[in-house]
Order: sequence, then structure tokens, then C-alpha cells
Amino acid sequence: MAGDNVIKKIIEVRDLKHNFGDLQAVDNISFEVYDGEIFSFLGPNGAGKSTTINILITLLKLQEGIATIAGNNVQRDPAAIRKSIGIVFQNEVLDRDLTVWEILEFHGRIYQIPKNERKEIIEELLNVVDLEQKRDTRIKYLSGGMKRRLEIARGLMTRPKVLFLDEPTVGLDPQTRLKIWDYIRDINDSGTTIFLTTHYMDEADHLSDRIGIIDKGKIITIDSPDQLKNSLGRDVIYVNTSDNEKAKPLLEKITSIYDISESVKGIALLTAMDGTMVMPSILDVIKEGGLEIISINLKKPTMDDVFVHYTGKEIRNEPTDKVHPRPGHHGRR
Amino acid sequence: MRNEFLTVYWKEMIKFFRFKSLLITSLLQPALWMGFFGIAMSSNFDRLSAMYSISPGMEQIGYLTFMGAGVIAMTALFTSLYGGMSLIFDKNFGLMKEMIVSPMPRSHIIIGLGLSGLTKGFIQSMIIMVFGVFMGVEFFSALDPFGIIISILGILVFVGTFSSGFVFLSAGIALRLETHEGMQAIMTLLSMPLFFVSNALYPVDAFPAALKALSIVNPLTYLINGIRCFAIGPDFYALGKHYAYTAEVISISYTALLIFAVIAFAFAMNSIRNVKIN
Repeated sequence: MAGDNVIKKIIEVRDLKHNFGDLQAVDNISFEVYDGEIFSFLGPNGAGKSTTINILITLLKLQEGIATIAGNNVQRDPAAIRKSIGIVFQNEVLDRDLTVWEILEFHGRIYQIPKNERKEIIEELLNVVDLEQKRDTRIKYLSGGMKRRLEIARGLMTRPKVLFLDEPTVGLDPQTRLKIWDYIRDINDSGTTIFLTTHYMDEADHLSDRIGIIDKGKIITIDSPDQLKNSLGRDVIYVNTSDNEKAKPLLEKITSIYDISESVKGIALLTAMDGTMVMPSILDVIKEGGLEIISINLKKPTMDDVFVHYTGKEIRNEPTDKVHPRPGHHGRR
Repeated sequence: MRNEFLTVYWKEMIKFFRFKSLLITSLLQPALWMGFFGIAMSSNFDRLSAMYSISPGMEQIGYLTFMGAGVIAMTALFTSLYGGMSLIFDKNFGLMKEMIVSPMPRSHIIIGLGLSGLTKGFIQSMIIMVFGVFMGVEFFSALDPFGIIISILGILVFVGTFSSGFVFLSAGIALRLETHEGMQAIMTLLSMPLFFVSNALYPVDAFPAALKALSIVNPLTYLINGIRCFAIGPDFYALGKHYAYTAEVISISYTALLIFAVIAFAFAMNSIRNVKIN
């Protein structure tokens, strides 16, 4: 993004609140997305990511707050919003009995893209997402990655100012994820602003210009991936001792450690200076406390560490996450 | 003018013609009704009919002819009752979310679906009429070719209004349900009384008062009035009963269908405005 020019805001959200009965899904959040950037919401399932997106794309009625996209008010002018955005939903939104071409043609028709233009853009987008060979294949015979690419192509048909991607790579294998990331970057390079939600650390880290960390309906911080990682200090050290509970108060005394938290890899220590210089004092205090070190490990902070730091917990990327199974898999061949 | 409903219609018709086995069975089923039930019943009922005394100079129509109109109506009913089913697919696995967040007015989803129900009703009615003639159904017997065309158009207008109405009703219900199983159960429950508490297979005059009252609010009764009037004639005897369809009876019947379709449309619109998508 251009640094010193006046940065244009394409999405502005102020004091947005949304509840489902007793559950405060979105709790007074404000943020903006700049024209041309890739902006991510990173958070666990149930953090309020999809709710926010669903309000912005007018699927959910706005309850409280103000939201505008490209100058159009979400509440007052949903029709204008609908024309200016593209959407790729978290769950598969395809018809398994239609062909690739029919899915795109249907979309073009309900958005009233004139016939010639429709024809042109379908060809162009099939090419962009490498699905020319599959134009007459029915959706039920496509792989998960192909379906996602098709949905991305569909989201781009109206040449939207903003493309919303809700968990774009859930349920995809690692290679396919990398390919989808490439497509997302290419699309962004050609000028489309991208707003994506994800609960994958690496996805947010690799794709985003800026990340908003969101948990329990609140935005905790917004910054670029590098800034977020740098804000944690120099290094992260993981220590495992014979008794981590006893070790924690001992480690707190070391002045060059400014944050201590529990993680699956042991006690996570954020250091204010070069971690290799802090290690000897760690070994000393543990030994003086009569404990033994089982393992010790030093690395640069990652998005995982950032996330743990800001939310006090880790996102588990297990398949048992409350991610809805992608429909369409039931009839897999 | 907005015409997105044509796109919804286009999609529905692609799917209708894509599944050949489904298409063929849906066309074959009414033929089987005529072939088995119709022939079996008419061999009995025609004997019974002969025992009734009717006005001199009038002739009774055969049971197969009487029932033929009922089979057209039955087919229109069953096909359109399931016409909303595709919305449950759309909601759970399909394109509903896409349509809901598009600039297309939601009414177009309902109108497009209704139009597809009407088309399917037309196609099936035509096939039954052709098939019926081969089986010995005496439709349009006293008419010249022009009269036949007018009568067929009349039947299609009745079938079209009726089918759209039931597709709207079916859509309205489907949009409020989560599963196919639930939909299937409700439709089975609805189709039985609708079909049997009507004049499709027998006259309603001998019904007990309660059933007779039900037959009066049953749209199927009005559809069958229309079909019989156009297909057989405004004045005939069947099963010993005199049927006389005056212009008044036919206008009332059509108005009843129209009112039903309008109410069902309002119900479907209410459902789609409040549709919840997972």
C-alpha cells in the first residue's frame, strides 16, 4: 500500500454490536479496511468473524452501529452494497447438479450482467482459476479445491470493489491451500480489496496486509503481521521443567522476561532482549529453585505466539473444531 | 423490467430435464394410474352406472373418461406439492445464500419456482391427455379442432393456476423446514386428504356432511370442475349423476383457484422474507 498518500477507507465499521438472544456475538467493534489491502479477521470459531461478515454482506440485519462499504450504508442501502461486493461463503454454496458454466451463468444473470459481458467475464475467470477444462463438468464431480476456486471466480464476476472470503481454505489439503493463497494474492494485485476471516494463523500471517485479532466478539488489536510479531519483543523461549507451576514464579523474577504464559509446548517466555542472552539466567533460577529442566527451546515469535499473547489461549487446528462440515462431501466419488 | 425470475426458472428447468429417470417416472406414473386403476375401476363402475336411471335422451360417459380429468388434477397436485422441495436443497446445500444476498428481489425466487411448477404441470397434463385418448378416454368428443384448442387452453389455465398455487404453498412450507424428511412427511400427510376429499375419482354428493364441507375448501375440487367442463363438456351424466357446469360455476371455480394461489403466494413471500439459512 502507498505509504504517504492519503489512504482511502473502503470499509468503515463503528460501534457494531450484534447479539443472538443472550449471546453477544459482536461486542462493540470498530475498524476500517483500506482500499486495495488484504485485511484479515483472525480468531477462533465463535469469535464473531462470520457474524461481522454476514452483517457487512447484508445477510444478517444490522442491529446496532454503523457500517459502510465504498460509501454505501449497509443498513440504508443494502441494494448498492450487494452490487459492489463479492462473497465466498464459509460453507459451500453450489448446486451439485449444475455444471461449472451454469453456476457462473446463473450468477451473472441474477446480477443482471449483460449477455456479451457475461460471456466474456466467464471465459476470463475460468482462465484465472484454471477451470476451463471443467466448464461442462457437474459440481458433484469436482474436488474441494476446484469448488473453492469456482466460488472465488463467481465472487469476482461482478468485478467487486471488495471480495469477502469467509474461511477460504477450511477443509482443503495443504497444497490446495497454497494454490488458493496464490489466487487470492493475484486477485488482490489486480486491485480488489480483500476481507478474509480465518482461524488459521499461517493463513492470516502469509496473506494479510493487516490482521485484526478478534475474540469473544471484541477486536483485541489490529496491525500488520510484522508489527504484531515485533510487538512481542525479541524472542520466544519455551521451557519445560520438572514442575512448571513452581517454576513460573521463579522465572517472573528475571527482568528481561516481560511475559509468561502457558502453552502446549511448555512455559512460553517473551524476552525483551536477545533470547540467547536470557537463557543462562533461566537455567540458573530453575536450578536454584531445586527444579530440573526437561527441555528448552528458542525461536522468533510467530502468529501463534501473537495470538496466545493477546487472547491468552491457542487455537487448536484440530478437525474437531466446530467447523461445519462442507456439504457436498456426502456424495463424494 | 426485472426478469431475474426467468433465471430461477431456467435453473429449475435444467434440473427437471437433467434427471432422465426422474423425468420419465414422473410422466409414467399418471399413465400407470390410468392403465391399472382406471381400467380396473371402470370395468366395475361402468356396470354400476348402468343401473342408474337418467333423463331420457342423455348418455352416461364412461368411468375412464370421468376419471381422466381426475388423473390430470392428481398429477398436477402431486408434482406441485413437491415443487418446493428444491428450496430445502438450495437452503442446505445449494444456491439459496447466493440468491438471498444478490440484488435480485426475493419474490423472484418464488415466482421463478412457481413458473417452473406451472410448466411441469402443463407438460404432464398434455402427456396424460394424449395417453388417455389412446386408452379410450373420450375427451373433446363433440368438438371441432378450434373447440379442442380452446378447451386445451382452458384446461391449461386451470392447471397452471392450481399448480402455481400449490408450488407456492409447498415453497412456503419448505422455507420453514430444515430437512427433506420433514418435508416428505408433511407432503404425504397433505396429499392424502386433498386427493380423496375431492371429486377426482367419484362424485362428492354422497359424502357425509363433514367431508363434503372439506371438499368445498379443497382447491382440487375446483380444478377438476374446470378440467371436466373443458374436456368432457358443460353438461353430462356420470355414475348416475348429472353434471352441469354453468358459466357461473366455472367462474366461481376459477376465482377460488386464483384466491388460493394469491394466498399461497403471500404465504411463500412471508416465508422467504424470514428465511433462516444455516
